Amino acid sequence: MKTTTALATLMALGLTTPALAEIRIGASISATGPAAFLGDPQVKTLEMLVEALNAAGGIDGEEVTLIHYDDGGDPNKARTFATRLIEDDEVVAIIGGTTTGATMSILSVAEDAEIPFISLAGAIEIIDPVRPFTFKTPHTDRMACQKIFEDIQARGFTNVAMISGTDGFGASMQAQCKAVIGDYGLTLVADESYNPTDADMTAQLTKIRNTEGVEALINPGFGQGPSIVTRNYAQLGLEIPFYQSHGVASNGFIDLAGADAAEGVRLPGTALLVADILPEGDAQRDIALAYKTAFEEATGTPVSTFGGYAHDAFLILTDAIARAGSTEPQAIRDAIEQTTGLVGTTGTYTFTPDDHLGLDLSAFRMLEIQSGAWTTVE
Amino acid sequence: MSELLQFLFSGVTVGAVYALVALGFTIIYNASDVVNFAQGEFVMLGGMITFAAHAAGLPLPLAAVSAIVLTAGLGVAMNKLAIEPARGAPVVSLIIITIGASIFIQGAAQIVFGKQIHSFPAFSGDAPIRVAGATILPQSLWVIGGAVAVFIALWLFFTRTLLGRAVLATSNNRLAAQLVGINTNFVMTLSFALSAGIGALAGVLATPITLTAYNVGIAFALKGFAGAMLGGMGNPKGALVGGFSIGLIEALTAGYLSSTYKDAAAFVVILAVLFFMPQGLFGRKSTDRV
Repeated sequence: MKTTTALATLMALGLTTPALAEIRIGASISATGPAAFLGDPQVKTLEMLVEALNAAGGIDGEEVTLIHYDDGGDPNKARTFATRLIEDDEVVAIIGGTTTGATMSILSVAEDAEIPFISLAGAIEIIDPVRPFTFKTPHTDRMACQKIFEDIQARGFTNVAMISGTDGFGASMQAQCKAVIGDYGLTLVADESYNPTDADMTAQLTKIRNTEGVEALINPGFGQGPSIVTRNYAQLGLEIPFYQSHGVASNGFIDLAGADAAEGVRLPGTALLVADILPEGDAQRDIALAYKTAFEEATGTPVSTFGGYAHDAFLILTDAIARAGSTEPQAIRDAIEQTTGLVGTTGTYTFTPDDHLGLDLSAFRMLEIQSGAWTTVE
Repeated sequence: MSELLQFLFSGVTVGAVYALVALGFTIIYNASDVVNFAQGEFVMLGGMITFAAHAAGLPLPLAAVSAIVLTAGLGVAMNKLAIEPARGAPVVSLIIITIGASIFIQGAAQIVFGKQIHSFPAFSGDAPIRVAGATILPQSLWVIGGAVAVFIALWLFFTRTLLGRAVLATSNNRLAAQLVGINTNFVMTLSFALSAGIGALAGVLATPITLTAYNVGIAFALKGFAGAMLGGMGNPKGALVGGFSIGLIEALTAGYLSSTYKDAAAFVVILAVLFFMPQGLFGRKSTDRV
């Protein structure tokens, strides 16, 4: 609102910059391949948002064109596509890199060409150390661990067991959790793993059950693994508090694990997942509900956290282009870095020169599954 | 005690899935010496088609049967369209063709069924059966029962029926088999139909435990292949024993040593066995008659 007023004032004074050229935004996303589960809703989200934005008049009257490639989660392809986006398609900014591997490839190309890049992948390495042109929208694995440990601490437990997938996501989160567990005065008493394609994890869970003093269980992983772990947890009749990661924050998880088995499972998730039950005054309620409704209407599939990352990246980028009033990559980059209090579906973004993630722990909500539905714990 | 029993139950549950997949390899291998790497895709299709048909409103048993029949049909199509035109090519080329078919089926499944993970209800509910402090799911018993039933059926087929012997004869020497009046084309078609059907059955039985997605086929094929190699390629008894052995080794390693090493332990055992018995535990000795 403030922005439009400011622009209107400038225009009235005849001081505004010359009309913008057609705005070309590039994307390299894993619409297929092992990360298709994440990338598919991201592509659909971007297409939907571009269409809606142009129907509403674009950015300051200029149409936005989305040029997107499917990198299949392959870092080599992602590098090729990033180069093509910059050199042939002459985009002003890039969104994408569904996986951390693809992101690291795009990142080096974008930094060399000095093109703003907003990543949709989780790892902390993307923004630590801070690189001038790289930003990201999802929380880091470390923040998910911290959120879980905070909750365990608040419930008065100290001895924690972990069972992690050996896939990239599970292994990375396991490492991050181990790195910060000491900060919360908790002890890791059992550390098991499973292969993401395994059909049964009762052996590992039995071992954890027989470990002395275990008070809580954490399962970093995504895909079908966590659903099977949750079923096995119920099969063995385990009763210790059970935490899943943000990797399975979707309604699909409850369906696959079964509502009975998933009863009482907690996980750190985003406002998007509980948009319906957020209280009226919640800052994220409106935007989360609007995106959820629009996405489900446009695609007929349930909204996912991962699509939300793309939504927020697009929001940050278009907001920055509008404020910059220019399509110069440097101007867009500066405008992104000055983003303050921008409410997205994942959290409220405030970037600084030292922080290119812009989210804090408050963006995560601790959710609990009750009777097959999500509820907020706080 | 209950701890050991739980590890055994876990191993048997996983092993039964491996054994069922391994059994699917035997027929095509026996008919043509080809290791069909699209076998995992048949397993995936069994689960996926059942899910889709069930979601579309068919009762579960009917959905399962339609999945098995459709997949068997697909197996025949694969033989007609991909394997038969390359007849006369060396076995290695045929194996590479099956890898191509596997990639094609996976891509098609991704378009037809989407990229989400799916499942359908277990046949006899989810309430675990308790035995001496350990638990096993009723669906695991279905998978174990399925593996044993398929094994018995295959064993009878290969030893007691003329058709089964015709399959073995075709594998041994195609020309000689033709000379004694065996329709080798029909044998190949039949073996693909049966293999695909068994694969689909494995998918139908295992999906309530393992869940399914368009890309689960490769993992199934690799573990099933490992089971078949351990037991002896082409021998139904070997497939059964090999599959269960790998499942048990994995579960016991995860339980008593460390879950980090469970896959490694299974492969060390396979390597050791193959080092001393290159034909696998029950493999047939190569008999080249002059």
